[in-house]
Amino acid sequence: MSSAAIDHAHDHDHHHGPAKGISRWLFTTNHKDIGTLYLWFSFAMFLLGGTFALVIRAELFQPGLQFVEPNFFNQMTTMHGLVMVFGAVMPAFVGLANWMIPLMIGAPDMALPRMNNWSFWILPFAFTLMVSTLFMEGGGPNFGWTFYAPLSTTYAPDSVTYFIFAVHIMGASSIMGAINVIATILNMRAPGMTLMKMPLFVWTWLITAYLLIAVMPVLAGVVTMMLFDIHFGTSFFNAAGGGDPVLFQHLFWFFGHPEVYIMILPAFGIVSAIIPTFARKRLFGYDSMVYATASIAFLSFIVWAHHMFTVGMPLAGQLFFMYATMLIAVPTGVKVFNWVATMFRGAMTFETPMLFAIAFVVLFTIGGFTGVMLAITPADFQYHDTYFVVAHFHYVLVPGAVFSLMAAAYYWLPKWTGYMYDETLGKLHFWMSFVGVNLLFFPQHFLGLAGMPRRIPDYALQFANFNWISSVGAFLFGFSQLILLLVVIKCIRGGKKATAQVWEGAQGLEWTVPSPAPYHTFETPPDPSLIKAQ
Amino acid sequence: MLSKAKLWLSLAFGTLLMWSAGAHAAWELNMPRGVTQISRETYDLHMTIFWWMIAIGVVVFGVLFWSIINHRKSKGAKPATFHESTKVEIVWTLVPFLILIAMAIPATRVLTAAYDASESELDVQIIGYQWRWEYRYMDDDPNAEEVSFFSSLATSREEISNSIDKGENYLLEVDNPLVIPSNTKVRFLMTAADVLHAWWVPEFAIKKDTIPGFINESWVIVEEPGIYRGQCAELCGMEHGFMPIEVHVLEPADFEAWYAEQQQQALQVAELTNAALSMDEAMAEGAEIYSRNCVACHQANGQGMPPAFPALAGSAKATGDIGVTMDTLVNGVPGTAMAAYGRQLNPIELASIITYVRNAFGNQSGDMVQPAEVNEFIVGGQ
Repeated sequence: MSSAAIDHAHDHDHHHGPAKGISRWLFTTNHKDIGTLYLWFSFAMFLLGGTFALVIRAELFQPGLQFVEPNFFNQMTTMHGLVMVFGAVMPAFVGLANWMIPLMIGAPDMALPRMNNWSFWILPFAFTLMVSTLFMEGGGPNFGWTFYAPLSTTYAPDSVTYFIFAVHIMGASSIMGAINVIATILNMRAPGMTLMKMPLFVWTWLITAYLLIAVMPVLAGVVTMMLFDIHFGTSFFNAAGGGDPVLFQHLFWFFGHPEVYIMILPAFGIVSAIIPTFARKRLFGYDSMVYATASIAFLSFIVWAHHMFTVGMPLAGQLFFMYATMLIAVPTGVKVFNWVATMFRGAMTFETPMLFAIAFVVLFTIGGFTGVMLAITPADFQYHDTYFVVAHFHYVLVPGAVFSLMAAAYYWLPKWTGYMYDETLGKLHFWMSFVGVNLLFFPQHFLGLAGMPRRIPDYALQFANFNWISSVGAFLFGFSQLILLLVVIKCIRGGKKATAQVWEGAQGLEWTVPSPAPYHTFETPPDPSLIKAQ
Repeated sequence: MLSKAKLWLSLAFGTLLMWSAGAHAAWELNMPRGVTQISRETYDLHMTIFWWMIAIGVVVFGVLFWSIINHRKSKGAKPATFHESTKVEIVWTLVPFLILIAMAIPATRVLTAAYDASESELDVQIIGYQWRWEYRYMDDDPNAEEVSFFSSLATSREEISNSIDKGENYLLEVDNPLVIPSNTKVRFLMTAADVLHAWWVPEFAIKKDTIPGFINESWVIVEEPGIYRGQCAELCGMEHGFMPIEVHVLEPADFEAWYAEQQQQALQVAELTNAALSMDEAMAEGAEIYSRNCVACHQANGQGMPPAFPALAGSAKATGDIGVTMDTLVNGVPGTAMAAYGRQLNPIELASIITYVRNAFGNQSGDMVQPAEVNEFIVGGQ
């Protein structure tokens, strides 16, 4: 192949393959290595956060206290949320961005490779710091992943300071990652790769990166204010000192709402790549997909207080946030309709990535439906802080964001390893996950409507039945993820050789390089004729 | 693959049928319709939106599954080449927008009504504490004896730890329920003493955060006398799952009688405060109060859960100067989970619990304090 010949021609230069041993991973500035590090790290965090979730579901299997004390239960809900959001989902998308964005836009690497190394390598320290609090006197953070003051300040365990510094480090990592993505996309596209020819995964990540840069400093600000309240006698959030506990929530959710889109926009990009491939038909409404993503990003900044409908805002405020929140359904609906229209009159096959992508469309949409219900303020008074909300956000985050990540892993695994994964095991993983996730989260809608508050270690007897069903689903879903681990390890070790194209219907520059993708790709820009409209 | 999908679907439908057949409370699928005008309107709003979502789901998923079944390569489907249509895009932007407007109109109406707390006939202040509620009745007559009390979980620790069978209202029962009259506009003024809590009774469709430094308001007109239950809905620390709400709604005449009785009792407490308490009485009453208020943190054996919740057995505060014990109970320990019980318990109860912790768990101070001394300590502004 000509590209292999070109690679060879460069060998006499100072271009070379990966370094040997551990230093390859510690000092790497290669986008593929860093992408791999991010993906493995996020998978480890996914298993850790999942273990915390299984502690929660084991305790909730039956009424009464069986396994853990309420205080430890609260540490588990808190750590589960923090580890999954900041340790599993976000780094996984950054890992995919590292691997795929340069390959998709025809760039040789990320724009800022040394910063790339740093933004990954501070993460293990952040999470070691945070998880170590579980072993400290007084226990770890026990105030929920939303850490509302003053429970997280005046009334917090001493370890909260470690939590604050961990959040600072994670935030710094995210901001650096975002700067890198923006710099890469805006400066390093191959000739001919105009903005409106970029794959949607690149578009959604570009917009996500702007969201990150806009809101991560707000998170850093709010935890710094906590730090001052705890150690330096300020009263930002302490009513007794003239402070305002509601201010905390406004600041937190000004970060928190865009944050949930940070976790879902790249998922939209992944699904928009996979569905056309396996439907063998161009994505329907590419332009409207881009505009819808931008609209969702804009709206994400003006809806934050819908998480706070019960704090006692004035009527005008309630109405504004209700209307603005309902509006999000419009661009989100456009996306779902476009995916369905892409499948309509296609020629579909159902390999594992496609199964995960279709499950994403269906189950994410169910999460969207409950989202519209939650936007209706008077009804939200009944849903707020119940298991209905838990069901809602887990539907958008687990069969939503996490399924998109699994779809992405199966879709690009042959490109990363050079081998096809085991399709039978992949399908087994899909069906076990699909059944498990629905058993786990669907009954939680009923629990919430019937009146079960979230974040309680024990519950009234009328909630017993759906809780045990949910717990059974949790263990099924949790242990099914070990199949994914097995598939990935098998695929790295060998199997059927993958072609460069891998999938019959796949489009895009990443499929023009050999599988596995060479250590250095696109050292010279790709032929502009390879760049087609998506 | 299709056969697996069918199996799963039939399983799901079979289970659904089973649920609807056994109309047992433990299989409750939906929110209660409630007992107020607002709760019924909220329920109707919820159902309207729900059916809209079902309708949209049927259309979208219908097309999706129809395509999955018919447009598969294995059936020889050839992909079409269309990939955009401005007309279609405009339609599926506008139609959802119109549906949303149709939903926003009734939602705005219900919300506006729910926010109108004016012209209430009875005002009750609700204060959230870690981990109990205080109810204070605001009498129009400033000279009337104040009726206020704390409402704590009544479920026993033995039920929670599974050593005895659980009662019917497990975790949803309190020692002193809130009592309000039926067919009367009752306004709740809500705040909190420590962290955030949220006061929620599903049958009233009221959920409102209680926030230190803020007073939120909400209201009900309950038509049916009865007992209604709810829970704290905002994470408030360790015992968040154990601070239920129980509301007894009485006919207005019965409520008046109850209220007069409460005022009478308040007077009696004032009198009894001046009477002497015996050691045995104090220890019996103290044990009772300990099991209700203290045991979650300090544990049944007084060993606590250090370092967050220190042991009482052998502690300097419980065995040293009795003034220190009194100060700790009355004023709490700021910045810790130790609440100020000066308002939560009456002087008789305070004297009992102070005496109890000084003489239980092997603490043998042998001394005791009288209600009048405690009262003096509180009134003296210590």
